Amino acid sequence: MPLIEAQHLSKSFGALRAVHDVSFSVDRGEVVGFLGPNGAGKSTTMKMLTGHLRADAGAALIAGLDVAEEAVRAKQHLGYSPEGAPAYGEMTVREFLRFAADLRGLADPAASVRRTLALCRLEEVAAQGIDTLSKGYRMRVGFAQAVLHDPEVLILDEPTDGLDPNQKHEVRRILKEMAATKAVIVSTHILEEVGELCTRVIVIAKGEVRCDESREKFLARGADLNAVFRQLTA
Amino acid sequence: MTSPAPAAPGLKPFAAMLRREFAGYFRTPLAYVFLAVFNAFAVSLAFFVGGLYESGVASLDRFFLYHPWLWAFLAPAAGARLWAEERRQGTLELLLTWPITVWQAALGKFLAAWLFLACALLMTLPVAFTVGWLGDPDWGVIVSGYAGSLLCAGACLGVAAVASALTRSQVIAFVTGFLACFLLVLVGYGVFDELLAGLFGPAGIDEIRRLGLWRNLEPFTLGLLDVRPTAYFLSVAFAGLGLSTIIIERR
Repeated sequence: MPLIEAQHLSKSFGALRAVHDVSFSVDRGEVVGFLGPNGAGKSTTMKMLTGHLRADAGAALIAGLDVAEEAVRAKQHLGYSPEGAPAYGEMTVREFLRFAADLRGLADPAASVRRTLALCRLEEVAAQGIDTLSKGYRMRVGFAQAVLHDPEVLILDEPTDGLDPNQKHEVRRILKEMAATKAVIVSTHILEEVGELCTRVIVIAKGEVRCDESREKFLARGADLNAVFRQLTA
Repeated sequence: MTSPAPAAPGLKPFAAMLRREFAGYFRTPLAYVFLAVFNAFAVSLAFFVGGLYESGVASLDRFFLYHPWLWAFLAPAAGARLWAEERRQGTLELLLTWPITVWQAALGKFLAAWLFLACALLMTLPVAFTVGWLGDPDWGVIVSGYAGSLLCAGACLGVAAVASALTRSQVIAFVTGFLACFLLVLVGYGVFDELLAGLFGPAGIDEIRRLGLWRNLEPFTLGLLDVRPTAYFLSVAFAGLGLSTIIIERR
């Protein structure tokens, strides 16, 4: 059973057709790079997969559970970091993660928070208000709440956006460490990330899947990935 | 690392929500400003405008008389952040992808805010003790007055919750919530009687006046625990809670 399944997802906002008949599935051990220009429908697709937006048509399944029908159970298997990694700014990092752990009803919330702070190298800012953190740390806090409960499914919307090269490397390192036991979708518009991180690539443009193939096949399309990208999304 | 089988969440998400929201009031100076303003107004309106002391009567009806006004102003102030802040910070997207139903989240938020208003109300207890020290009041009537005021606060909070669910701006949430509550206060004083008489006839006016906050609080301040006003306050509170939940679910 695939851990993530998009079945003919469609979504319109008024006259704008944001996502049209998008289908794919992701198995354990796969890291899917979700590529596409801005406004292509990446975030909208992710929002439907995570149950934040209700699809006009089609279904989204997390660990075999329909996110619209069995929302709470499906969401227990899911870690999601929305674009821009929103968090409760007035809380400290530790308070925020503790709240997320309590809300998820984790068996040992204190231990989960400790483990996650260490994993994401957030210990030194654990007692700081999230509002006072630099962008790099805030992105890591968003990532931390997504992996707090060690979910089987990880969906990250531009987790490396605005990070410096060292921080990007760090996020990729953690992701690679965890990838073997999870199904991961990472949206990005940084093409170099594909080679470094992903096992598979899905390109989406104008709300439709333009290509869905292994990393090797995608990289074999041409030496100039920017040109490949432009051609696929034209 | 292996994925543990997720435990049945039960009441844990709701309890976590309630705790966070209640503590949230005290994370900013807002809570202390709110408590101070509420107390200053509650006490000074009763003594300086209501003439609580000069009346020479050991009762708190002069004190409760102004509570609809207070709650109309301060419940939207406390309730403005309920959903508007989640929208502004983008955390609504997080919350709605966490394993909690919108109903659980909404109820947790609402009860936390109501609890906070109850704290503000409890801080006025010295007024009651003063009256008890000066005279020999009927304590049953005072307890019933406090219960009525708390219910009235819940009704205003219900209105505020809807206002907050509709916008990402706390200021807009506060202003619209306040205006709606203000209308509920004014209706009870017959301000719109002439206007409404044309629409509903003289008999209808009295029915409409019953929708006013003071009309429903008054029996409590006289020691009358009646079903109708209780049902009124609770209906407004829970209708507001329900409507705000639906607005968030359908966002």
